[in-house]
Amino acid sequence: MSANRVSYTLDSTLETVNSAEETAGRMAAEAGFDDEEILKISMAVREAAVNAVLHGNAYDPTKKVTLAFEVTDHDLVIVIRDQGKGLDASKIPDPLAPDNLMKTSGRGIFLIRSFMDVVEIHPSQTGTELKMIKHVRGNAADSKEAPQ
Amino acid sequence: MSMKSSTRQVDGVTIVDLSGRITLGEGSVVLRETVRDLLSKGQKKILLNLGDVNYIDSSGIGELVSAFTTSKNQGGELKLLNLTKKVHDLLQITKLYTVFDVKDDEATAVKSFTQ
Repeated sequence: MSANRVSYTLDSTLETVNSAEETAGRMAAEAGFDDEEILKISMAVREAAVNAVLHGNAYDPTKKVTLAFEVTDHDLVIVIRDQGKGLDASKIPDPLAPDNLMKTSGRGIFLIRSFMDVVEIHPSQTGTELKMIKHVRGNAADSKEAPQ
Repeated sequence: MSMKSSTRQVDGVTIVDLSGRITLGEGSVVLRETVRDLLSKGQKKILLNLGDVNYIDSSGIGELVSAFTTSKNQGGELKLLNLTKKVHDLLQITKLYTVFDVKDDEATAVKSFTQ
């Protein structure tokens, strides 16, 4: 089994959001995902970066965002951490509920969950860690089903 | 690529041709200010042409919702035209596709506004 890991420490700025999205797209392409999956992954990372920069670190120049990508034989694993107060996932309203449908915010985590296979939110007093996993299709599973 | 916006009048309807990305920051601001400006001038029949919008994030979705409700609250109508597949899919999964009045033909869309 092989694994490639790369991590970045980024400022709490809008540039970080764009940079995280671009890097995610590049990493997803290198991991072999198709264009549609690359878009979903880069969008999920953009939304996660928005959460980290805006809601987590609140643009605080003394706080950093760390972003890590790991490509294994089966998965692309992305972890993004902020240094905010910690996101309580249980308090995130359902954006599809009729009362929330016309709200102008609150769809970021929903989109991340829609686009990624596994999403874990780990809040703490020193910030929030958001872990996202996208399974690489067509490796182990396909080889098992391939004709002999 | 940031977002560009231009407006034109067709039979009393203001068509806003948007291109690029509607995302947190510049893209969302351009959309917000364009719609605000039109409403302040009394141009309350607004058709947002999203045919060249290739990307939209949750902030952009929020901005579309805001534009829709602001127009409605001021007695106006705001409709969407020419959604790309990406934007169409995004509105579907957020259950907003049926909230917006979405058209795929400009002439039909213009005629659909209240006379």
